[in-house]
Amino acid sequence: MDWENLKRQFYINFIEEDRWRFLTSGLANTLQITLLAVLLGIVIGVVVAIVRSTYDKTIGETWGMGRFFLRLADLICRVYLTVIRGTPVVVQLMIMYYIIFASSRNGVAVATLAFGVNSGAYVAEIFRAGIMSIDQGQFEAGRSLGLNYVQTMRYVIVPQAFKNVLPSLANEFIVLLKETSVAGYVTVRDLTMGGNTIRSVTYSAFLPLIAVALIYLAMVMFFTWLVGKLERRLRNSER
Amino acid sequence: MSGKVLIQVKDLQMHFSGGSIHALDGVSADIRQGEVVVVIGPSGSGKSTFLRCLNLLERPTGGSITFDGVDITDPKVNIDLHRQKMGMVFQHFNLFPHMTILENMTLAPIKLLKKSRREAETKALGLLKRVGLADRGGAYPSQLSGGQKQRIAIVRALCMEPEVMLFDEPTSALDPEMVGEVLEVMKDLAHEGMTMVVVTHEMGFAREVGSRVIFMDGGVIVEENPPEELFGSPRSERLQSFLAKVL
Repeated sequence: MDWENLKRQFYINFIEEDRWRFLTSGLANTLQITLLAVLLGIVIGVVVAIVRSTYDKTIGETWGMGRFFLRLADLICRVYLTVIRGTPVVVQLMIMYYIIFASSRNGVAVATLAFGVNSGAYVAEIFRAGIMSIDQGQFEAGRSLGLNYVQTMRYVIVPQAFKNVLPSLANEFIVLLKETSVAGYVTVRDLTMGGNTIRSVTYSAFLPLIAVALIYLAMVMFFTWLVGKLERRLRNSER
Repeated sequence: MSGKVLIQVKDLQMHFSGGSIHALDGVSADIRQGEVVVVIGPSGSGKSTFLRCLNLLERPTGGSITFDGVDITDPKVNIDLHRQKMGMVFQHFNLFPHMTILENMTLAPIKLLKKSRREAETKALGLLKRVGLADRGGAYPSQLSGGQKQRIAIVRALCMEPEVMLFDEPTSALDPEMVGEVLEVMKDLAHEGMTMVVVTHEMGFAREVGSRVIFMDGGVIVEENPPEELFGSPRSERLQSFLAKVL
């Protein structure tokens, strides 16, 4: 591909008929889905992690109805984790769109939900490890002051666990950013779909797909740099 | 002993591994108001387990503990309410690293005693002054020495205005030069009439401050006497050999 040809290709793929808009609007959808899904994933993940670690920590000393509900909640969480982590995200996405929400044509909303539910399973395990890594003495100190289980979790354990897993959560965001590239399976016009649309119109694959890859790469490098900065700051605050 | 019985322990049992290991094998003791009860014994004797049972950090497998007239081993009892009146100090301090010293001290009073922030902080600052750390309220635990941390842990428990203080080897994790400052605070506390149960290896403290010393071994109380008697004329062979090793 000589220089003149490249310039012509660039014009056809991006400038002509404002085709670059496929990329920018796709990028907007990709970012929107990723951000909302990661937030949803954190909410689901924190709840699941707290249920699972509460079960691990207290089932031995819980009786009656409390024991029944705790067992049930833990069972539901374990089924959720097994199913979500045991099946491909594309399949989950298509089940959501074509079966569970078959009547909805709002692909972005369904994709957000699907990726959020998917991410929640991974965040749950990240967060559970964070809770379990807090020294048992912290828990005992909270309880010995008279704080109940929930108060000890809320004021003592979870804030420390959250700080410990922040870098992992940020990594989960980066992973999710790339995973949303399959959103096109349910007609979502995300970044990948945008590049592919240009390709199908101009019949040239090289520039649109390389552009898509470069945009993902730039975002991942930027967020990785941000996570590194965050990690250093967290380490410094411990002194 | 005159004061009323604050904690009455009856036939406390603690069995692990399906009953084959007896950490506690029938321990009974009365702890009276204003008493300083020091518990000594070799490691693995059950003394820490005994202490941790008193506020149910460990749930005994048998026996009863009556605190303020209530059997707290009854599963229907809300143990959180009783723990508010039983301060505890741990070997490894267990300060909350994500909070400043003042936040460490005011968390429980604000959340549980429903004190205002200002009220709780005034009380905390007064206590900090008493242990010579008035200027460290804004610091984080990681900025303090071990001795300072343990003094903070003591006053954090005192902020709840407990009726009894439980000490689980409070000086065992400290560098030798810091043991004195912590024992000094504990002595002051004892002289003010605080009821204390102290598990420790500091025989000097036991002798000087203890109103009663309990010697435990193999999950039972082997000997129990005022310090001058227990240290001066130990009766059992086990206590004699223990004292020979540690003194």
